[in-house]
Amino acid sequence: MSASASPAVLEAPSAARSRSAERRKRADRIGDRTLYGICLLAALLCVVTIALIAYQVVNGASPAISKYGIGFLTDTTWQPNFGEFGAGSLIFGTAVSSFAALLLGAPIAISIGLYLSLLAPSGVRGAIAPLVEMLAAIPSVILGFWGVLVLAPFVQGTLEPWLHDSFGFIPIFGAPETTGSSIFTASLILTIMVIPIIASISRDLFLTVPADLKDGASALGATRWEVIRGIVLPSTASGVVAASLLGLGRALGEAIAVAQVIGAGSEIQASLFRTGDTLAARIANQFPGALTEMHKASLFYLGVILLVIGLASNLVAQWIGRRFSFRGAPAR
Amino acid sequence: MSDAAFDPTAPLTPSGNLRRRRAFSRGADLAATGAALLAVGVLAVVVYTVVSRGASALDLDFLIKGAPEGIGPELVGTAIIVAIGTAIAMPVGVLVALFLTEFAGGRATNLVRLTLDLMNGLPSIIIGLFVFGLLVNHKQQSGIAASVALAIIMVPLIARGTQEVLLLVPASLREASDALGVSRWRAVLGIVLPSALGGILTSTVLSVARAAGETAPLIFATSVFDPSRFSLNPFEALPNVPVRVFQLSEEANPEGFAEAWGLSFVLVSFILFASLGARALLARSRKRRSA
Repeated sequence: MSASASPAVLEAPSAARSRSAERRKRADRIGDRTLYGICLLAALLCVVTIALIAYQVVNGASPAISKYGIGFLTDTTWQPNFGEFGAGSLIFGTAVSSFAALLLGAPIAISIGLYLSLLAPSGVRGAIAPLVEMLAAIPSVILGFWGVLVLAPFVQGTLEPWLHDSFGFIPIFGAPETTGSSIFTASLILTIMVIPIIASISRDLFLTVPADLKDGASALGATRWEVIRGIVLPSTASGVVAASLLGLGRALGEAIAVAQVIGAGSEIQASLFRTGDTLAARIANQFPGALTEMHKASLFYLGVILLVIGLASNLVAQWIGRRFSFRGAPAR
Repeated sequence: MSDAAFDPTAPLTPSGNLRRRRAFSRGADLAATGAALLAVGVLAVVVYTVVSRGASALDLDFLIKGAPEGIGPELVGTAIIVAIGTAIAMPVGVLVALFLTEFAGGRATNLVRLTLDLMNGLPSIIIGLFVFGLLVNHKQQSGIAASVALAIIMVPLIARGTQEVLLLVPASLREASDALGVSRWRAVLGIVLPSALGGILTSTVLSVARAAGETAPLIFATSVFDPSRFSLNPFEALPNVPVRVFQLSEEANPEGFAEAWGLSFVLVSFILFASLGARALLARSRKRRSA
């Protein structure tokens, strides 16, 4: 702005201009308030929604909660025709299938993270990283359908007999059943689902390790594995744990694909090759056909358990992950 | 040193311990590469199965007719459900992102951020139970209920994506508008949002791709429908692709399986094209901004 213009600014403006400026200022004040107001409203809507979700699920479960109390968690009978419900075998099935998926998936996913962050040439990285994320984009119902028609026959015909013959002395590898529907098949499907989640978070984590540290180790003569083992993994360990927890949360809550391949069994058995069921899958399978109020309420009770487990695993993951500035899973 | 003579003409190859360490490291490299190939291989097998079994069912009649010849009603129903869900989720998601970036500060921000993370991590079957209790119980199933469920799934995705691009808007733009005495709301609506528009659309498309295949909430909201009849009324149960695939996969009926493969093929191709396209756009706009 030139010096000659400044006196004009300092002069009192004409009445008309001051009136329009006044009007503008008022409009701006209203505009600012309104924008802030609707943004706040949208944010509050989210908070209220979460609270409402918790309320609705607990409310729907209240008849079952007051009838069975906390013993519901350990009772293993589930007989809708006799009006007897307990979540014991379902909690067992959920825990076994999810932990098996994590046990199989986490090492593979962390390796993929290492490959994408440290090993891959940049052209290959640009191609493989989106492909791994595509794995998360395949709808669970289609993965489950594929599981029923393609994976389950293969598991039943090839994988399970082989594992049974080789490691049959361990009780978890019992005799295969006539269909491929088993906790084991469900675990494999869940493995496919948790891999992209853990892989993409851990890749981002590994990329945050300072190059100075890695270069320093290399300069001291460390091999690539020793750099990974000595520098990369220790400095990101808690983040990797948080990523695995998010993957676990995904596996625990998956309903559709598991319902399709797990076989809806109701017993607790040592063998992974027998049918089982999980909390989420039982809800998906039985809710549409639930006739009695107590049956519905019991399914809602399963939802309460699932909600508590899901929120807890997420909160712990957030709490651990806060040290690294990553936030949440890229996809459920 | 041992008494072995040092041979200066020997080739410089690692020996002993170093060779072992190198071999181990090489092995670890191979294992990591193998893991990446395994994941890509699984994706290839799944997509190949869906394409090879689904494409044969596909022709024009299959796409536009109702059951038993085709899947038209499901496609229309899913489109309606997802469109309404997006119409709910997009404004809310963008506004929440604005709240977090433009009006940040204080405890409210942390609470909202935590809420979004929890919403994102919530099992979708829980959202189904919620929608059943709120909108379906003692009433009837409806496409609207399904849209609300999908919107709850989409909001955190859109909010996070939008937040990321809002943070990328150059500070110089905001400072320039401040220096000119532009008020907050004019700056947000006139400068910040337009320059973030590409990213907002990208994250919306990605969330649409996620929501289109979501099945668990729809089982509660809109699962009792007639697959042979077209329905456009969102206040009644709408036929839709994911629930139909789920139902067909539970019946042991070869014709049903063929139809389910066809449905899967359409759904998977939509999702893959939408998300790959959105990612490509995002990568291009990032490159342009950093250039």
